[in-house]
Amino acid sequence: MTTWDWQVFCKDTIDGQIVPGCFGGPGSVTYLDWLLSAWGWTLSVSALALLVALVLGLVMGVLRTTPHRGLVLLGEAWTELFRNIPLLVQIFLWYHVVPALFPPLRAVPSFILVVLGLGLFTSARISEQVRAGIQSLSGGQRMAGLAMGFTLPQTYRHVLLPMALRIIIPPLTSESMNIIKNSSVAFAVSISELTLFALQAQEETSRGIEVYLAVTGLYFISAFAINRAMLFVENRVRVPGMIGGGQ
Amino acid sequence: MRRSFPITLALAGAFSVLPHLAHALDGTLKKIKDSGAATMGVRESSGGLSFTLGDGKFVGFHVELCERALADIQKELGMSKLDVKYQPVTSQNRIPLMQNGTIDIECGSTTNNAARQKDVSFADTTYVEEVRIAVKANSGITSIGQLNGKNVATTTGTTSVQHLRKHERAASVKFNEVFGKDHADSFLLLESGRADAFVMDGQILAGNIAKAKNPADFKIVGEVLSVEPIAIMVRKDDPAFKAAVDGSLKSMMKSGEIAKIYDKWFMQPIPPTNTRIGLPASDATKAAWASPNDKPMEDYAKK
Repeated sequence: MTTWDWQVFCKDTIDGQIVPGCFGGPGSVTYLDWLLSAWGWTLSVSALALLVALVLGLVMGVLRTTPHRGLVLLGEAWTELFRNIPLLVQIFLWYHVVPALFPPLRAVPSFILVVLGLGLFTSARISEQVRAGIQSLSGGQRMAGLAMGFTLPQTYRHVLLPMALRIIIPPLTSESMNIIKNSSVAFAVSISELTLFALQAQEETSRGIEVYLAVTGLYFISAFAINRAMLFVENRVRVPGMIGGGQ
Repeated sequence: MRRSFPITLALAGAFSVLPHLAHALDGTLKKIKDSGAATMGVRESSGGLSFTLGDGKFVGFHVELCERALADIQKELGMSKLDVKYQPVTSQNRIPLMQNGTIDIECGSTTNNAARQKDVSFADTTYVEEVRIAVKANSGITSIGQLNGKNVATTTGTTSVQHLRKHERAASVKFNEVFGKDHADSFLLLESGRADAFVMDGQILAGNIAKAKNPADFKIVGEVLSVEPIAIMVRKDDPAFKAAVDGSLKSMMKSGEIAKIYDKWFMQPIPPTNTRIGLPASDATKAAWASPNDKPMEDYAKK
C-alpha cells in the first residue's frame, strides 16, 4: 500500500535535503541525528528515574514491613499517594502546579521534574513488590534473625532482604521495562525524547510510518536490553536450594 | 437484437433526464448519498477556525463553511436529509483519518503544502495564515533577533518550528525549543514564564490571547515568519467531491458571503466566553477569496 522511504532519516531538519552519510555536520541536523538524541533523552530519563524508583521503592517497601506503626503508615501513605494518581497527571502537577505554589521550583529544569515524577510513581509500585517479597518469607526468618542477636536493620540487611530481593527480580524486570515505556510521558513537558520526536518528525516529513517504526524499534531494543540484563543478574545471584533458586 | 434496441433507447432517454451528477456518482459523493451521512473532521482548539463548545458541539469559521458546503451538496444530490457527524481530529491523526475514510471533509486549520498533497487534496484556500510571535507585553521583545538564548514555545506536531529553525540558521540566533502538547498548553508555557515567546499561526495566538485571564499582558510582535494557505481538506483523487466543495466555496467568495462569515468568527464576540479575536482578514486572505485557488504553501514562498 505504501512505498518505504527510509531516506527520510537522512534529511536535514531545516531544508529537507538529503545529507550524504546521513549524519549532519556543523550547523546541520538530520532526522537521524535527532532520532539518536531523542533516544538518548529517553534512556537518560528512564535510567535516572529507575535509580530514584529503586532507592525510594526499596526504602518504602521495607518501612511497610517494620513493626513500627508510624513507619508503616508513612510507607503506606507514600505508596497509595503515588500509585493512585495517573502518571500524566503527576507529571503535570510537578510541572505546572507545584512551581506555581513554590516559585523557586520554577528554576528546576523540566528534565529533573520528569525524572522525579516518573521515579516517584514507579517507586510506589516497587515498594509494593518489595513488601510482597518480604512478606512472602515465613515469619520465622525474622524471628530467627532477631533471636540471633541481630538488630532490626541487621536482620533486614543479612536475613530478609537477600532472600526477598531475589524473589522479586522478575516483577522488578517488568517494572524496569515499564519505566522505559512510561518515559514517553516526558514529551508532555517538552523533553525531546522519542515520542516527541515521533509526533514532530512525522508531521514535518509526512513519513509517519517510517518514523513510528523506527521509534517502536528503539523502544523495543531498549526494553529488551533491560530484560536481558536483568535475566543475567537473576542467573548470577541465584542461590541453589533457596526459594526461586532451583531450576 | 430486435428486443435490445428499444431498451437501449429507453435507457438513453432515462439518463438524459437525470441530473448531471447521477451518471458518475462515486467516491465521497456516493458514500454521502448512500449512507445519508457525512463526517466532518474538526479541531478542539484551532482558534476561530474550528473549536469546541463542549458537549460535542463544534463551531468556527471553517466549520461553518463546511456546513454550508455540505448543505449545498445535499441539495445537489437531492437528499431530503443529511446527517452531519463531527469527529475531533488532531494534527497527528487528521491525514490518516482522511485516508482511511473516518472523516470525509476536514474543517480545521490544515496548511496546504506540497508534502501533504501527496496524501490528501485541499479545497480552495479560504484563509491565509501568517506565522507570528507572541510574547509578554512587558518582555521588551519586538523581533526574532531578540530571541537569542530564550525559550521559545511551539506546539508539537505543527510546522511552525521549522520556520523558526530556518530563521535560526539565517540570523544565527540560538534558542531553546519548548514543545507544548497542544496550543492551550503552549500558551500556558508562555503565561507561566517557562517560555519567553510562543511561535504559532497568528489567529491561534490572537485567539489564545483573547481567552487569557488578562489579554493586555500579551502582544503579537515581530516579522511574519511564514505565510501559509489554510484550507479545507478532502480525500485525494476524488475530483467530483472536491469540485462540489470548491463550487460551494467559490459562490460564497463571489457573493461576499465568506467575508460576512469571517467577520462573525474573527471580529465579533464568539462563544463560549463572548470574547473577540479581533483579527481582520489579511490582504493575503482577501486575495485568496478574490481569485480562488488551491496552491500549496511552496507557491506562496516563491513570491
